[in-house]
Amino acid sequence: MLEAEGLAAFRAERLVFRDIGFAVPSGGALILRGPNGSGKSTLLRLLAGLLRPAAGRLTWRGMDALADTLAQARRVAYVGHQDAVKPGLTAAENLRFAAAAARVSVRDALAAFDLAPLAGLPVRLLSAGQRRRLALARLALSSGPIWLLDEPTLGLDDASIGLLGALLASHRAADGVVIAATHLPLPLPEAAELRLAGA
Amino acid sequence: MKLFIALLARELRLSLRHLGDTLGALLFFLVAGALFPLAIGPSPETLGRLAPGIVWVCALLAALLPLDRLFGADYEDGSLDQLLLCGLPAAAIALGKALAHWLATGLPLLLAAGPLGIMLRLAPEALPALLGGLLAGTLVLSLLGTAGAAIVLGARRGGVLLPLLVLPLAVPVLIFGAAATDAAAAGLSPRPHLLLLCALLAGALPLCPIAAGAALRGAAE
Repeated sequence: MLEAEGLAAFRAERLVFRDIGFAVPSGGALILRGPNGSGKSTLLRLLAGLLRPAAGRLTWRGMDALADTLAQARRVAYVGHQDAVKPGLTAAENLRFAAAAARVSVRDALAAFDLAPLAGLPVRLLSAGQRRRLALARLALSSGPIWLLDEPTLGLDDASIGLLGALLASHRAADGVVIAATHLPLPLPEAAELRLAGA
Repeated sequence: MKLFIALLARELRLSLRHLGDTLGALLFFLVAGALFPLAIGPSPETLGRLAPGIVWVCALLAALLPLDRLFGADYEDGSLDQLLLCGLPAAAIALGKALAHWLATGLPLLLAAGPLGIMLRLAPEALPALLGGLLAGTLVLSLLGTAGAAIVLGARRGGVLLPLLVLPLAVPVLIFGAAATDAAAAGLSPRPHLLLLCALLAGALPLCPIAAGAALRGAAE
């Protein structure tokens, strides 16, 4: 159970949002919607512990989640709007660091997004959609219960969205939590929605 | 520990892939050092007298060269967020980065410093003091540089700001490093200077990663 109440955040001097509250049960999902600049990405970074909230509380299973940012970092898997892949490394090499602490092998993570044939290719040769799939393949390596996704389906084809849906479903079946910010339809059945209007 | 080694492996793999950037610092060191005999003349007495200072200043400047890309690329492509969320404390990430910087830049400089010193007619008996000083000195420079690179991260003119921030902090390293070599060339013991360099290293080893870690978290916000 991930619960937030009264969250507020500043970017520089500007108040991005305030009084954000939600509760996501184990196995649940939450979709963040709202116009550009309404703070969806900021909220995801705040939930990841990358950004300090200006006000409010976030609790995970009843405990203050942001008191120890290192513990929160181990609980979350974050896919930002940037792919965070290195063009000079191959697809498999890009995942090797994320795989260091994982129980899943790099090969399986690549297979989860149908990237196995591209494993040995330098990422600079991959298309934008293929890079996005590589960024999402990090999810398969994560053992954290909270997945935070920023526009995960941007540039993905239908088959890859299906693969993402399968991965999200298995994560939720294992009592994981998914929070995603998006403007596009997501393969997240029975997800709650949170509208951000901006402050 | 496993994560730390994986981080180090990632950094070294990246520097191997971008070999041009990695070797750039080393080539700068050799070329800049080779310019001095051309500028001040080949007389062995003058060169030998100036050699410790030349080697040290060139090493200091060469070590600064790759620093602005140390976190810059990770910051721009979103990898920094992934590093901060990998489960290692931010200070450990900074320490890994500093160690990788030393292995990719400091160690090659150390290996090239001997030949450069001989080329500049450095007294042979001063060579061990030069290399010993550089061993501790380049480690301190990597640590200071990492802290500096983390602090200027996200600043608009970070590349210009970085040397202005790091060079004054590196002054004690330069003074004691060059003094150790000078002392050895004059037949005195370089030991006190080398011990002071080691003391600087002992101070920088815990402090710089902590400062860099805090700066990284600030840059990610």
